[in-house]
Amino acid sequence: MEVMPNLLFGDNQFFGINHMSEEKARAQALQFQDIKEVFKTLDAAYDEGIKTFMCTTHDRVEEICDYVRANPNRYHDYTFYPCMPYAHKYANAATEEGIIGAIRKFAPESGAWSAAVRSGVSLVGKDISGITRLLIDSEMQMFKGLRTPVIFLQNVVVDLLLGLGMTEPFAVFSDHVRAKYNAEPGFITMNMPLLLDVLEDLKIDNPIVCSNINKLGFRMCGGLGAYEDALRERKFRAIAMSVFASGAIPASEAIAWVCAQPNVESIVFGASSSSNIRSTKGLVNQFWKGGNKLLA
Amino acid sequence: MVRLALVGLGKMGLSHLSIVRAHPEVDLVGVCDPSKFMLELLGKNAGLETFTDFETMIARARPEAIIVATPSRFHGEIVRVALERGIHVFCEKPFCLDWKESMELSELAERKALVNQVGYHYRFVAAFQEVKRLLEANAIGTVTHVLAEAYGPVVLRPSGSSWRTQKAEGGGCLYDYAAHPINLLNWYFGMPTKVGGTVIKKIFSKDTDDEVYGTVFFEDGPSAQISVNWSDESYRKMSVKLSIWGTAGRIFADRQECKVYLRDGTQSAPGYSKGWNVRYTTDLTEAVWFYVRGEEYSMQVDYFVKAVASGSTENVNSFAAAAQTDQLMSMMRDDAQGVLPSLIASPAIPQKKRQLFRWLEEGGSNGSDAKFAFWR
Repeated sequence: MEVMPNLLFGDNQFFGINHMSEEKARAQALQFQDIKEVFKTLDAAYDEGIKTFMCTTHDRVEEICDYVRANPNRYHDYTFYPCMPYAHKYANAATEEGIIGAIRKFAPESGAWSAAVRSGVSLVGKDISGITRLLIDSEMQMFKGLRTPVIFLQNVVVDLLLGLGMTEPFAVFSDHVRAKYNAEPGFITMNMPLLLDVLEDLKIDNPIVCSNINKLGFRMCGGLGAYEDALRERKFRAIAMSVFASGAIPASEAIAWVCAQPNVESIVFGASSSSNIRSTKGLVNQFWKGGNKLLA
Repeated sequence: MVRLALVGLGKMGLSHLSIVRAHPEVDLVGVCDPSKFMLELLGKNAGLETFTDFETMIARARPEAIIVATPSRFHGEIVRVALERGIHVFCEKPFCLDWKESMELSELAERKALVNQVGYHYRFVAAFQEVKRLLEANAIGTVTHVLAEAYGPVVLRPSGSSWRTQKAEGGGCLYDYAAHPINLLNWYFGMPTKVGGTVIKKIFSKDTDDEVYGTVFFEDGPSAQISVNWSDESYRKMSVKLSIWGTAGRIFADRQECKVYLRDGTQSAPGYSKGWNVRYTTDLTEAVWFYVRGEEYSMQVDYFVKAVASGSTENVNSFAAAAQTDQLMSMMRDDAQGVLPSLIASPAIPQKKRQLFRWLEEGGSNGSDAKFAFWR
């Protein structure tokens, strides 16, 4: 079982994603336009002992992968937790090409499959798992040769399938990342209590689940109370994201609260400067009560 | 429980389906789409009752409410059948490509006292709701001008094969993107009486438009400029934003935040003070029971379901409201094609003396700029 460090470095800041302000998002996009600035920030995190990068399968992550591969001496213990897919590329492609067109674009090996789909031939039963595996492999290509002990399914996909009640792909995903990548499956969601029920039904035991966990209850569907109950009572490995609620909660208050929750194994956070990285790490060291070993 | 069915399993249909299936007060009784692939996929893997024919679904599944998420060209026909059978309707935007049909369907729904709603989800975005509250409270005084924008990276090269890239199907930047900021203008200021200087152009698309610009004029109200481009790669995803200038301040809003500059502290906007005020989505947004891709999508569905359950036909996104947007988009299309914009007489809009006639009565004395604006 992969032991997760209690701090994971997130990637939103690198790609102009900020849930609070588009202006701030743009400023960050500008700051990180030059990939060297991204490397510098990752290095700053690394030097603080934060050596796990939880990242979307965004095109630019490929450059980060290349950089880490090119510097094996410095990054021999560097770890990626890929999160797939980067949904906007699919959503935009679906608007342009339709849903089937989008699948064909990102998994060209599925050519025969999609031709069959268009001609109305029934392949659904046996090939839904096939197409899922092809899409996973296509997203994983950029990580070739790198350590990826946990692989996540992004919340847009998890929550869409969760709502649809189409949960078999969770099992396909889980089996495939275990079998082919020797990795543990992880699930990102905005609906954690509901997802836990479904994963339990699918017999995905002690799953890694990453969800918003913050004092404000921001994007914690089912309510703060249901999340607190789940953390106390359910068997799963929780990763807390959005602990600052995009900056709405003061840092020390946010970290103190999340560290006081039972069963949180890791916190994923993003930062644009070494001083923010250092202060977050300091706060976690100060408040952490979990069983994981503290960061150096 | 509301017996609900869904028509159309494209991008929006799937998103709605996910949300309604997770809704505790919804019994999803059927889905309908011509694609056997999607039906088989969902029938087999999600245990849904599936239909390829809409009328068959209505007859067998007997829904009391439907969500219509087909390509826009089919909205009118499907909505009419549903209303005639006494079924409450939520329809995706844009409502109808012919605004006269939108008006007819609005009247039909009203006559039958059926819930009627269109999926302009920006009216459920907390920051834009805050703008509505501020405007109604007169927080920035008399509004003189508005800039309504939307940008995003949809069509970035010459290609595209979905219905959204075909004009005849109701695709294109005007219907897909510009409809949103235009609909917000309708919400805040009603129906303009005139449009001018409209530019609707292709950049990469073969069959449809990629950018839309133009000016609209509200009688006794502000002017507004619309600036929309769905071929802008500098945006990560669709971004809708509004800048509103008033005699007592200015408002800027997008999905994430509402920023307000007030020249003086105002009694009318409690909690706001002189100078800059910022309200973030994290503060403004209420929690939803289930989240797929933004609180607003869940909220609009919940609002519809609750309206059906309670029989309330009051609706923030009524067919009548959406018909205004359809009509305004049609005026802009006419204007862009060089058709002399006629002053419209919309039954939904109470009209006083129209501005043009007043101007003529005054002897056209508003100066050359005004003259140019009227006659182009």
